[in-house]
Amino acid sequence: MAARKSTSRSKATKPKSSVSKDQLLDWYRDMLLIRRFEEKAGQLYGMGLIAGFCHLYIGQEAVVVGVQGALEEGDQVITGYRDHGHMLATGMEADGVMAELTGRAGGYSKGKGGSMHMFSRDKQFFGGHGIVGAQVPIGAGLAFADKYKENGKISATYFGDGAANQGQVYETFNMAKLWDLPVLFIIENNQYAMGTSVQRASSETHLYKRGISFGIPGEEVDGMDVVAVYEAAKKAADHARAGKGPYILEMKTYRYRGHSMSDPAKYRTRDEVNSYRDTKDPIELAKAKILDAGWADEDTLKGFDKEAKTIAAASADFAQDSPEPDPSELWTDVLVEG
Amino acid sequence: MPVMNMIQALNSGMDVLLERDEDVVAFGEDAGYFGGVFKTTDGLQAKYGADRVFDTPINEAAIAAMAIGMAARGLKPIAEIQFADYIFPAIDQIVSEMSRIRYRSAGQFTSGCVVRTPWGGGIRGGQTHSMSPEAFFTHVPGVQVVVPSNPYDAKGLLIASLESGDPVIFFEPKRIYNGPFDGVPDKPLSSWAKHPKGEVPDGHYTVPLGKADIVREGEACTVVTYGTLVHVAEAAAEASGIDAEIIDLRTLVPYDIETIAKSVNKTGRVVVAHEAPRTSGFGAELAAQIQEECFYALEAPVFRLTGWDTPYPHAHEWAYFPTRDRFARAMKTVTEAA
Ligand SMILES: Cc1ncc(C[n+]2csc(CCOP(=O)(O)OP(=O)(O)O)c2C)c(N)n1
Ligand SMILES: [Mg+2]
Repeated sequence: MAARKSTSRSKATKPKSSVSKDQLLDWYRDMLLIRRFEEKAGQLYGMGLIAGFCHLYIGQEAVVVGVQGALEEGDQVITGYRDHGHMLATGMEADGVMAELTGRAGGYSKGKGGSMHMFSRDKQFFGGHGIVGAQVPIGAGLAFADKYKENGKISATYFGDGAANQGQVYETFNMAKLWDLPVLFIIENNQYAMGTSVQRASSETHLYKRGISFGIPGEEVDGMDVVAVYEAAKKAADHARAGKGPYILEMKTYRYRGHSMSDPAKYRTRDEVNSYRDTKDPIELAKAKILDAGWADEDTLKGFDKEAKTIAAASADFAQDSPEPDPSELWTDVLVEG
Repeated sequence: MPVMNMIQALNSGMDVLLERDEDVVAFGEDAGYFGGVFKTTDGLQAKYGADRVFDTPINEAAIAAMAIGMAARGLKPIAEIQFADYIFPAIDQIVSEMSRIRYRSAGQFTSGCVVRTPWGGGIRGGQTHSMSPEAFFTHVPGVQVVVPSNPYDAKGLLIASLESGDPVIFFEPKRIYNGPFDGVPDKPLSSWAKHPKGEVPDGHYTVPLGKADIVREGEACTVVTYGTLVHVAEAAAEASGIDAEIIDLRTLVPYDIETIAKSVNKTGRVVVAHEAPRTSGFGAELAAQIQEECFYALEAPVFRLTGWDTPYPHAHEWAYFPTRDRFARAMKTVTEAA
């Protein structure tokens, strides 16, 4: 991520922990940055500076941050439209992401894509896809290319509990196992697809079992716990990298905000939301672990928060100062120019 | 008479259909419990029960295809695709099955159903929430294509569509759900209460398929359009003082060439307009048919006012969208052509 220092990886001081102090501190900061960025995006949306649709990732931060911890440089990431967190986790700059939200020239897609459609060749981030489920076979295609090139890379393909019911997901599962493609299918089960709960949309609500008939191993993971996410993702990534094929990780998580900025989320109770916020918040959980291990004190953590807020605020400034794209951009990049 | 916006009118249309005939069922993503993302099916599940008005998982191909099977067994399905941009996963079923059941079975089975879907731009929705994909469907023999432009027509056409006994793709211009739009982006929304077609009877009535509506009589030129742009055309005639005759097509398949030809034979000058891209858009069909019917009456080339041949943009939406001013320029071009 943008603000990360590359520190040496010292060994954990607590015997049972699989992660180091530096890892956990990095993840804590990464999650904070996503949270503060999303809060800022919500503000800009409220001010009318972001048009159209905007889906915030607040509550789900541990998923992308934990998975990213298990990825290597050159691995690919692809997801749906709730994509800001994924981009920040891959190290894409907050400025360029926010400027895409405001449709400015400084955005990652020069204002052509908006909140749901951004890419970074540099970070091997393949979008940002507004069509639910569309990214899943594309992610397998990325993995196919890795296998073909024998480059040892894998593809992290994210999708939601709602997307898990699209037919093309199962066409993909079949091919991915048939050809043992190095792909992680990461199902972000935040328990709702817009206003429809998993129970009302899925005959089998344990989504990690969806690969059984294809022979794809699956696992349910506490998606609010960044360490649990990392451990599961590491195991799955090792599996894929070793040529053993795809792996399904069902991340049990929760989105605090409405589906998009225009959703008042009347289909669930305030108590339900609060029970997650108050007892399962991924950032608070990580904080407790850090303090418990004595890896940092409150002041240091507050400093991290300040840092995250500063980056988010700067990205908002950048996104407002960046010029509108030139009108001629409307017609460019449709086909190769020549 | 009650005043309704387009959402309420469509809701009332479904209410009438569900009330009158037990074989009518309505379904779609978030269409049941939540009442639809635009609230078009609001209250219908509570009134008719979850057996008749229900949520589906996110799987457009199966939504369309289930409607075919249901219809073949005598049910009268109203299927909702949440945005017209999401209809593409269903296009195989619509093209290869829905449109051909009657033909293929020599009339033994039909697939009479309505596929309703919010359509069109002007809401800053970017490339996956703004499309006008009508031309994909007007190219398919065996499906009818309807686009209402006001609450009264929306309800009457919806009822006529389901009662037609053959499949209808029913595109709902979402920009004008809550009020007519005159193609001037920054002006505040006006209300259907001020529009004569905002008056909608409570009970059953139909607006026949295949009949266009002359919404403004004039001598200087003919404008043929549908959906949101009907209102933009009216505003352009008003603003420019050009005495245009404006035809609201209402049904694209079958379309009312008689009304069009009569008008063009009178004015000799014509603008055909839609939001969708220009190449192979429905305007191309209209232009071709107009020259076949009215060649010797034409005094200027047929003008196609359309979106550009680009994906629907996020930034610069108003450079893409046929606004009031672009409309007025088009009318001026055809009226001034020597
Ligand atoms: C093909 C398609 N169908 C429907 C939609 C509308 N839609 C957008 S998000 C969404 C819910 C998806 O839920 P889930 O996969 O659980 O992801 P989450 O929003 O919870 O992150 C729906 C129905 C769409 N964008 N694309
Ligand atoms: Mg979900």
